Amino acid sequence: MSAVCACSEKNGFSYCSIDEVLQKYSCDGNAIIPILQDIQENLGYVPKDCIEYIGEKLSVAPARIYGVVTFYTQFRLTPRGKHSIMLCVGTACHVGGAEKISDCITEELGIKGGETTDDRLVTFEKVACIGCCSLAPVAIVNGETIAKLTPDKTRTVIAELKAD
Amino acid sequence: MKKPLTVRIGLSTCGIAAGGNKTFARFGEQLTARNLAVDLKKTGCIGLCYHEPLVDILTEDGHVYTYGAVTEDKVPTLIDEHISGGRIVHDLLINDDKSKVTARQVKIALRNCGLIDPDSIADYINEGGYTALKTVLSSMTPDQVSEEITASGLRGRGGAGFPTGLKWRLTRQSPGSPKYVVCNADEGDPGAFMDRSIVEGDPHSIVEGMLIAAYAIGATEGHIYIRAEYPLAIAKMQKALDDADEHGYLGEKILSSSFSFTLKIKKGAGAFVCGEETALIASLEGKRGMPLLKPPFPAQKGLWQKPTTINNVETFANVPWIIREGAKRFAAFGTAKSKGTKVFALAGKINNGGLVEVPIGMPLREIIFDIGGGIQGGKRFKGVQLGGPSGGCLPEEELDTIVDYDELVQKGAMMGSGGMIVMDETTCMVDIARFFLNFTKDESCGKCVHCRLGTKRMLEILELITAGKAAAEDLALLEELASNVKEGSLCGLGQTAPNPVLTTLKYFRHEYEEHITQKKCRAHVCKALLQYIINEKCVGCGLCVKRCPVDAISGERRKLHAIDGDKCIKCGRCVEACKFDAILVE
Ligand SMILES: Cc1cc2nc3c(=O)[nH]c(=O)nc-3n(C[C@H](O)[C@H](O)[C@H](O)COP(=O)(O)O)c2cc1C
Ligand code: FES
Repeated sequence: MSAVCACSEKNGFSYCSIDEVLQKYSCDGNAIIPILQDIQENLGYVPKDCIEYIGEKLSVAPARIYGVVTFYTQFRLTPRGKHSIMLCVGTACHVGGAEKISDCITEELGIKGGETTDDRLVTFEKVACIGCCSLAPVAIVNGETIAKLTPDKTRTVIAELKAD
Repeated sequence: MKKPLTVRIGLSTCGIAAGGNKTFARFGEQLTARNLAVDLKKTGCIGLCYHEPLVDILTEDGHVYTYGAVTEDKVPTLIDEHISGGRIVHDLLINDDKSKVTARQVKIALRNCGLIDPDSIADYINEGGYTALKTVLSSMTPDQVSEEITASGLRGRGGAGFPTGLKWRLTRQSPGSPKYVVCNADEGDPGAFMDRSIVEGDPHSIVEGMLIAAYAIGATEGHIYIRAEYPLAIAKMQKALDDADEHGYLGEKILSSSFSFTLKIKKGAGAFVCGEETALIASLEGKRGMPLLKPPFPAQKGLWQKPTTINNVETFANVPWIIREGAKRFAAFGTAKSKGTKVFALAGKINNGGLVEVPIGMPLREIIFDIGGGIQGGKRFKGVQLGGPSGGCLPEEELDTIVDYDELVQKGAMMGSGGMIVMDETTCMVDIARFFLNFTKDESCGKCVHCRLGTKRMLEILELITAGKAAAEDLALLEELASNVKEGSLCGLGQTAPNPVLTTLKYFRHEYEEHITQKKCRAHVCKALLQYIINEKCVGCGLCVKRCPVDAISGERRKLHAIDGDKCIKCGRCVEACKFDAILVE
């Protein structure tokens, strides 16, 4: 790999990092999902502008890639906030009061599920079950699972994120 | 008391969420600092999630002392008292409760979970792991393997309950090569977590099960499709694959036989419908996960149009045990048509939330009350949702129903993945139906019109009901739509999506009617139908006034306050704030 990235950083991301991922999968058109997963892991999202580029490299119609990106809830087309709150809204968490927690997050941050605060501080997402149902309601905050949430506990967590 | 030799800490997702990693780190520090020669071991989930973080202390005579709720602050006491002092810490000891909960269970699929270190292939081998593979490769023909599985009566644990041995034979007999084995670890049912637990706690049992399946059907390549929401499971499985490879259980000429097999992980990308086998295969091929019409079944035309066996995690985990212990022993458990055991995930308003594995045929009552410990806070049981968004909700009168594929379907529910969400009087059954419909509407892939639009229309009616805006005839329309969606959908998602609505309508119709005619939600869940009222217990402290985000509460200091119903957004903050129980919700 070359030491210095030759390509310019357009649209806030470098095509080099995308090339690397494409090479890892030998530009295999059947590996669209893992390729997109890797890109998202590197950049935090799948930039809309790179879809056409990937399509060209994989000889796959951009529409098909766009179809995959929008079909699977994992993929995001917009950059994420610095912190992430993933609230589980699965059955056990719903029965355990996840809606109250969701209302509480919305009140504290002024954003709904799927949105990022204007200052890009926090992204709030809703997911269906993280497999911790016996400790419901649960959320994953910056990768760490927080169990048995209450509105008070939620406010404390958010205050900590805001203080950062 | 005998000398403590090993400290074993449960570090599955549930253990970690409860603070298990900190407990583990604390033990590490303190044992080293005090120079104590005790082994520190990680393990998976033993199923007693409500006691997490769990710590086992194993003594040299093989006795296991199990401590519950061992947060990091409790570590020094446990070390001082039990490990250094040889005195049991009775406040934290849960051995009695553990034996009560496990007495009625039979652990086959979960045999190693919470006992071995999932990262250690040596631990797995020590428990008899990979001996079934050796038996199969050295002394059985592929057909004998399928026959043995058929004789055990094992049926698919992913929902539909198709006989596993038959599926393998059909795949073997289908023309075409190469053939594939796929493990379905997509676990889409929100509220079920047994597959996660097995992958995190005993990944080699799945690898061995898949190897045996591959031998039986003549496959050389396999895939494990794990949902992306389970990062720990993915890591544990990757470690297992690497170790199995290194030890010669995967790759070319396994155990010096002529059998070769490679196995790879594919990460899901968050779509419930991808748990459906044909959609899963489309996803493996890098496409959108849209189900296809069956037949052809995957056993005929699956991955890349080749014969493919696709089984659930729990199904595979049973396989090595059956080969090792014999089909007869497995078939000794269960009912006439459903053999063996099934893992259930207990969650919701139940005391002992966690995983249990019981012989098929046990009555729901025994699982929920005798093993599950009944309802939290002494409240009253109202219903149990079985089989997730595709399943149904059974009331108290049906608690003597036994868990068995066919019995449950007859009652309108289904075994599904084995998720059991227990609900009490504070759960609104209309809201639950709305919740599931909202889920299936979101997760419908959009291919079939009935599923795409029918679920949306059904949801709209349910929203009207929970908002107190529905008319009596809307129930008939809801029922009509439900039967149309069932009939007009191609895959199991749409065919079963109306089940939660139909079963709640069947068993809890009075709740629907109350919402419609009396504008009342007896569980106090449907916000639009609630009223917040301050009673005479109010001392006028003003705490609620400060907490109310919309200034709906007013009153003079030290006098009875009042809530303006027009302004109130029913957020419940005043109730949280009030120290005098002065705010009523009606
Ligand atoms: C909408 C839908 C979702 C499903 N989700 C899962 C799942 O998450 N895990 C699973 O093992 N099977 C799931 N299934 C069942 C699979 O289609 C398939 O029957 C199963 O993987 C076969 O394995 P088994 O015979 O071992 O049960 C789902 C089916 C439908 C219709
Ligand atoms: S439903 Fe929330 S973790 Fe499973």
